[in-house]
Amino acid sequence: MPLIENGKLIEDRFIRVSDDEALPEGVAVLIGIDRFLKEAEMLKGRKAPVGVIWPNNRPIAEIAPYLGQLSLIALVFPIFRDGRAYSQARLLRERLGWRGPLRATGNVLRDQFLLMERSGFDQIDAVKEADAEAFDEAVHRYTVFYQPATDERPSLLRQRLGRTVSGVR
Amino acid sequence: MYVYDEFDRAFLAERVAEFRDQVGRRLSGALSEDEFKPLRLMNGVYLQLHAYMLRIAIPYGTLNSDQLRRMAHVARRYDRGYGHFTTRQNIQFNWIKLEELPEAMAALAEVGVHGIQTSGNCIRNVTTDQWAGATPEECDDPRLWAEILRQYSTLHPEFTYLPRKFKIAITAADHDRAATKVHDIGLRLHRNDQGELGFEVLVGGGLGRTPFVGKHIRPFLPVRDLLSYVEAIMRVYNQYGRRDNIYKARIKILVHEIGAEEFSKAVEAEFAATRDGALRLTDEMIEEIRGRFLYPDFEPLDDQPAALVEALKDPLFATWHRNSVHKHKIPGYSIVTISLKPIGAPPGDATADQMDLIADLADDYGFREIRVGHEQNLCLPNVASKDLPELWRRLDAAGLATPNVNHISDIIACPGLDYCALANARAIPVAQEIAKRFSDLDRSRGIGRLHINISGCINACGHHHVGHIGILGVEKNGQEFYQITLGGRADEQAQLGTLLGPAVPYEQVPSLIEDVVDTYMELRAGPHELFIDTVTRLGVEPFKERVYAAH
Ligand code: HEM
Ligand code: SF4
Repeated sequence: MPLIENGKLIEDRFIRVSDDEALPEGVAVLIGIDRFLKEAEMLKGRKAPVGVIWPNNRPIAEIAPYLGQLSLIALVFPIFRDGRAYSQARLLRERLGWRGPLRATGNVLRDQFLLMERSGFDQIDAVKEADAEAFDEAVHRYTVFYQPATDERPSLLRQRLGRTVSGVR
Repeated sequence: MYVYDEFDRAFLAERVAEFRDQVGRRLSGALSEDEFKPLRLMNGVYLQLHAYMLRIAIPYGTLNSDQLRRMAHVARRYDRGYGHFTTRQNIQFNWIKLEELPEAMAALAEVGVHGIQTSGNCIRNVTTDQWAGATPEECDDPRLWAEILRQYSTLHPEFTYLPRKFKIAITAADHDRAATKVHDIGLRLHRNDQGELGFEVLVGGGLGRTPFVGKHIRPFLPVRDLLSYVEAIMRVYNQYGRRDNIYKARIKILVHEIGAEEFSKAVEAEFAATRDGALRLTDEMIEEIRGRFLYPDFEPLDDQPAALVEALKDPLFATWHRNSVHKHKIPGYSIVTISLKPIGAPPGDATADQMDLIADLADDYGFREIRVGHEQNLCLPNVASKDLPELWRRLDAAGLATPNVNHISDIIACPGLDYCALANARAIPVAQEIAKRFSDLDRSRGIGRLHINISGCINACGHHHVGHIGILGVEKNGQEFYQITLGGRADEQAQLGTLLGPAVPYEQVPSLIEDVVDTYMELRAGPHELFIDTVTRLGVEPFKERVYAAH
C-alpha cells in the first residue's frame, strides 16, 4: 500500500511483524499492542526503532507511559466510517504531546485525507493507488476552515477577526 | 437574518466541487456504493423508494425570500412542483434525478443553501425556535448560538464519522418550541442570578426505537464555554459510543448504559482539559457573529392599528388571527404562522407556486424573512400588525390561511410508505383522513390545543412518542396496523406517551381517534383543561376502556 508522509510518497521503513514471529534484528518494526505491552520492558533494550499499532477501542491515554520508547504510532480505521481514531489522534497530539510520526492505517480513502491531516496524522497508508496520487488535491480542496483543530489552520472566525496570534487560533 | 460572506460562499462552492468529484468517481466505479453512500448522505442525498431524495438544511429555520424562491425553482425544474418541509427544519425534494443533482445543488448554492450534514453520522443541522429574534419571551437570540455551533460542526475533522447521527437543538424561551429535551444535546439559554447568560445542558434525549427524554448534566454553562463543552461531549461519545450495533449507537444509549452521572464525569474531565484552549469564545468572537445577524428596521407603530381593529370584525379573519398571530417583541408587529396543513393535504408540503407567493409576502410585509418550524409549518416572524388583514387575504386566496395551528388537524406526519424506503405503513393518508374528520373548525376550536404526531415506522421521524396523541405504523402479516399513545409532549415538560392498547388496522384509526377525543370532551375538568392535561390527570385507563369497548 502506498504510504504518504507530509504529502510525499515514501518508502515504508517499518516492517510489520505479527505476534508470533520473531523480531528481526536491526530493522524498524511495527507491532501489535498485545505484543508490545507484553514485551515493553524487554523492548527498551532494543537498538532499532519500534512502532506500535494502537487499536481504536482502547483508551489512548494508556499509551502515555510508553511514548518515550516509540518511534511510530499507527492508529486504525477498520472501516472508513469508524471515526474513533480521529479523537485518539487529537488526544495524542494535543493532550499527550506526541511529536513523532502518527500513521493512519486501515480503510483509508482520499475523502478523509484532509480530516486526518487536520486531526494530527502526518502519515497516511492509503488503500488505493489513485487516492494516494490525488493527495495534494484532496488536502487542498478547501480554503475555508470553520473550526480550530490540530493542524493550527485558523478558523474562519479568527480569519474574519483578522488576526491569528500564535497560540490562539 | 444571518449574512454569508465570501468565505462561506467559497466554502459552499468547494463543497459542491467535491461532491461533483465524488459522483464522478461513483459513476466510474472508483467508489463502491458502500463507499459512496456515507459521502452522499453527508450532502443530503438519499436513495428512496422511487428516486433519489435531496434534503436541504434550513439553518436554525431561517430563510430569506430569495432562498425560498430558489427552492421553488428547484421544485419546479428538478422535481414535481413541490417540496416537503420536515420536523428538522429541512426541506426535502423527493423526485430528483442523480444526474441533475449537482446542477440543482449549484443553483441552491448560489443563494447560500445546501444539504451539507442533513444526513450521515455527523452533527446535523442545528435547530432552534422558529420565533427566534422576534418573540418577547426569549433572553437572547438563540440563532446566534446555533450559528456558532453550525460553524464549529461544519466538516469537523474529528466528528464527521461518529457512531451515529447527532442532533442539537437550542431554545432561549421558557416555552420550548424546539423540542430540546428529545435531542442528543438540548441547550436552554437562560440567565443566572448574576444576570449572566449560560446554557442548561441536557444530553441523551431522542426518539426512534428507544425513546428517552434528555438527562440534565449541567445546570449552567457560561456561554463562552459552549464549544469546549460540546466538544467534550462529542469526544466522549466518539470514543465510547457503541459501534457494534447500529440500533445502540446513539448517544442516548451510551448515557443510559453508563448513567448520566458517569457520563457527566467523563465530560467534565475532558472539559477541564480544554476549556481555556482554542475553543473558548471571546466577547469579540461572539460579537463578530452577532453582528452578522441583521434585524429589520422596525418603526414605532400602533399596537392596535385601525385596519386591524376593523378587520377583526370579520369572523373569518378573527378566527385566523386568534390562531395564527402571536405577540412580537416590538409593539405594532406580529409573528404569523402559515399553516402548511390545509385539510386533506399532505402535512408540510408546499407547491412551487405557494413558495413563490410566500416569498412575495415576505418581501411585501415581512422584511424578506421566512421561518420553518418543527411542526412543519412556516412563519413570517416580522409583520407589521396593520398589514395583517391584507396578508391574510392573499394567504387565503392561495389556500394558505387554514386557521388550525396547534389544533387537531395541525398534524405532524413523516413521509411514511408514500416515499420512505424504511416505512412499515402509510402516514400521510392517515393524517389526511383524521384532518377530514375534524375539518369543522368550530369543533376543532372547541377541542383546543391538541397535537397529533404520526410516524410510518419505529424510527419516529414524525415524533409520535411526543405527540399528545401519537400514532405509529407497524406491520403485521403484510398489513398496516397502528399503535396509539397518549400523553406525550415535546415542550419544556417533555414526556413520552403511554401506549393505549393493541394496535388497530388502518381503517379503524380515524374513528379510534374520534373516540379518544370524545372521551376527552366528556372527562375534561372544564372547557379550559387541555387534552394533554386531562390525560396527565387521569392516565390512559379511562381512554382505553371507552375506546376498546367501541372497537
Ligand atoms: C424519507 C427519508 C427518511 C429516512 C430514510 C429517515 C431515517 C430515519 C432513521 C433511520 C431514524 C432513526 C435514527 C436512530 O434512532 O438512530 C430517523 C429518525 C428521525 N428522523 Fe428520519 N428519516 C427520513 C425522513 C425524515 C423526515 C421527512 C423527517 C421529518 C419529517 C425526519 C426526522 C426525523 C426525526 C425527528 C427523527 C427522530 C430523531 C431521534 O431519534 O431522536 N426524518 N429517521
Ligand atoms: S418514521 Fe420511518 S417511515 Fe417515517 S420517514 Fe422515518 S424512517 Fe421513514
